[in-house]
Amino acid sequence: MKAMNRRKFLKGSLLGGAAASVISKRKNADASSSFGGYPDAMGVLVDLTRCIGCRSCEAACNKEQGLPAPAQSFDDLSVLDHERRTSEGAYTVVNRYEIPGKDHPLFRKIQCNHCNEPACLTSCFVNAYTKTPEGAVIYDATVCVGCRTCMIACPFYVPAYSYSSVLNPVVQKCIFCYDTRLKFGRPPACVEACPREVLTFGKRKDLIKIGNQRIQNHPDLYEDHIYGEKEVGGTSWMYLSSAPFDQVGFDTDLGTQPILSYVKEFLTVVPMVLTIWPALFAGFHLLATRKDKQKKEEKSEI
Amino acid sequence: MKTLIANGKIPLATHYNDDRSAKWSVKDKLLLGLSLSEYLAQAFRNPLNWFFAVIFSFGGYVTITRFIFGLGYVTHSSYDYPWGLFLGFGLFVMVPLSASGFMLGTAVEVFGRDDFKPIERLALLNGLLGYLFAVIFLQVDLGQPWRLIYPMFVSLGPAAVLFLVAWHVATYLTVQVAELVPAFAEMMGMPKLKTFIKSMILGLTIAGIILSTLHQGALGALFTYAPYKVHPLWMSAPFQWFHYFCSSVFAGLSMLIVVSTICKKTMAWRCDDNFLTSLDRLTIGLAKGATLALITYLVIKIIAIAHDGDWGYLASGWGQWYMLEMIAGVILPMILFTISIRNNLPGLARFAALIAVLGIALNRLNTALFTFNWKLYQEIPHWRELVITITVYCLFIATYRFVLYRLPILYTWKKDEEAAS
Ligand code: SF4
Ligand code: SF4
Ligand code: SF4
Repeated sequence: MKAMNRRKFLKGSLLGGAAASVISKRKNADASSSFGGYPDAMGVLVDLTRCIGCRSCEAACNKEQGLPAPAQSFDDLSVLDHERRTSEGAYTVVNRYEIPGKDHPLFRKIQCNHCNEPACLTSCFVNAYTKTPEGAVIYDATVCVGCRTCMIACPFYVPAYSYSSVLNPVVQKCIFCYDTRLKFGRPPACVEACPREVLTFGKRKDLIKIGNQRIQNHPDLYEDHIYGEKEVGGTSWMYLSSAPFDQVGFDTDLGTQPILSYVKEFLTVVPMVLTIWPALFAGFHLLATRKDKQKKEEKSEI
Repeated sequence: MKTLIANGKIPLATHYNDDRSAKWSVKDKLLLGLSLSEYLAQAFRNPLNWFFAVIFSFGGYVTITRFIFGLGYVTHSSYDYPWGLFLGFGLFVMVPLSASGFMLGTAVEVFGRDDFKPIERLALLNGLLGYLFAVIFLQVDLGQPWRLIYPMFVSLGPAAVLFLVAWHVATYLTVQVAELVPAFAEMMGMPKLKTFIKSMILGLTIAGIILSTLHQGALGALFTYAPYKVHPLWMSAPFQWFHYFCSSVFAGLSMLIVVSTICKKTMAWRCDDNFLTSLDRLTIGLAKGATLALITYLVIKIIAIAHDGDWGYLASGWGQWYMLEMIAGVILPMILFTISIRNNLPGLARFAALIAVLGIALNRLNTALFTFNWKLYQEIPHWRELVITITVYCLFIATYRFVLYRLPILYTWKKDEEAAS
């Protein structure tokens, strides 16, 4: 698989970086192709046109993941008055967006999008994240050092950190219900809890077909775009909307390149510096000190 | 100390005491050849120590609360701004300002510029302590600092930029300790150790160059993980690492000018004539290096804007902030340096260096904090975060002074025969 080659290449180049004296001669193995994701990865298609903002998914997630009871109960819809983000106590939240020119608002559920090439995963220096073949991006709290680079890297502002904990602060985010459900092929708790079938669970590639069909069948209703099909290299969770995506809180400036491709420019420099620098500076040294030596020799001759 | 010297005390710089009757003990060397009461008396007379006492007692207390009540107590626990002052200042500002070590190492050991010898050790020390305290800042910031070695031995994520930073800073700290061992060996009278290190010095220096190029660049590359969060004027994926590397060159040189000036002004008793008389010439020499780096930096900054097509942003409010940073922090010191070199005005070069240092600090804080999340809101660090940052920085200054007073950094250790004559 191309993508694996590339990951290995990048790993190789930085490992070389660790052992500075080792001169690595690794060839630049196809560093620019992009990882299409696991072929059988699962995903969820979120259809904003159907969502009524009931917060059932939030409640289900809270229960499934054993999170602390919220300050305001889940049937209290006044929390929708402020835009919220995911936090250590809530792996998924629903926000309301008033759309100019429309008589009813749209609601959007957010959680980890389980990217095909997750920025969080590539930025973590202890490899705490894993993208499973089922499509989930999971996290191993026992190795996390707490540098929070993954939070810097996630383009969707998903991972949260339990700052309040002194002895065991960890990153907290949606894990696609991997341990309890996805692993066994079952849909996540939030998907099952939704009363309006906003969330469709299935193979990612089938979901793209379903999404395109819905757009085709109701071109007047849907925006002609599946958010997440291509964004930052594609995500397992994808969205359909009836309003322009930037009006419902999506960042529409994110390109289609995975975040890793922005870092690549630097990563390819590493082996170069490692191989060229020692010779270059040793050469400089010889050149610069030759004169001194000559002078000394001349002196001793006199 | 000045008062003591006026009273006829000679600062300790030899193995034997004044009348050559006995060798100084380690304790004497630590107390600068004073008796304990003399030492304490001079320490109490120094107003800086009173200032430190206040900072350490209050700031030390706040720092301890961070480890008792957690990061949530001393920071705003922001999910959107995972990095605050500890990294924004402690890592991203401290590291470029510590780039002096590898540059002077290169000049002296690789290019054979022996004329920079008097200041080489100060440059190395500036590098070593800067890195050391960057790691200390990191330890304050990490959620689980006791897992610091995990990326090295427990769970490796070798495709991550921070992995490279971790390894390189660790290796480079070792290299810098080794480079300073000769100073320590002189003072403790261990000539064999010194010869041993001297035999590897070229290898060490070149290792230092490689490590520095890569990790200075890597700090910039860390932000390429967030290409959409940092404002485009401060973020250029293809150039970021080079911007950071190039600016670390003049940052390190300017910091060295600033530090050497402080040494000359506040601890002239500890500097030897060689250092004091050559300092003006060295300052101009360093200024030349810094100017070249500033020009290169300015050019690649402009190239990056042209390459990314960011001209439009210059008209925005962020653009003005950017122009301010570039004009005050890059172009102004560049002009001042040039004037000072032309007319041989070391005083002006010192002033320019100070501006360049502040400029680089502004640049790093801009990238890490101010323009980070420019599409969201602005985060203002918690006051406790600020207090801890100041405390750790004062600890840095105190350690710096402690070492300078003792190791032969600013002065040369007198050989036994010279001392006798
Ligand atoms: S959405 Fe963020 S946290 Fe989730 S997989 Fe993608 S990068 Fe990682
Ligand atoms: S905070 Fe933990 S999971 Fe995130 S990058 Fe750092 S070590 Fe990895
Ligand atoms: S997939 Fe599971 S963890 Fe993620 S938001 Fe839904 S219920 Fe929560």
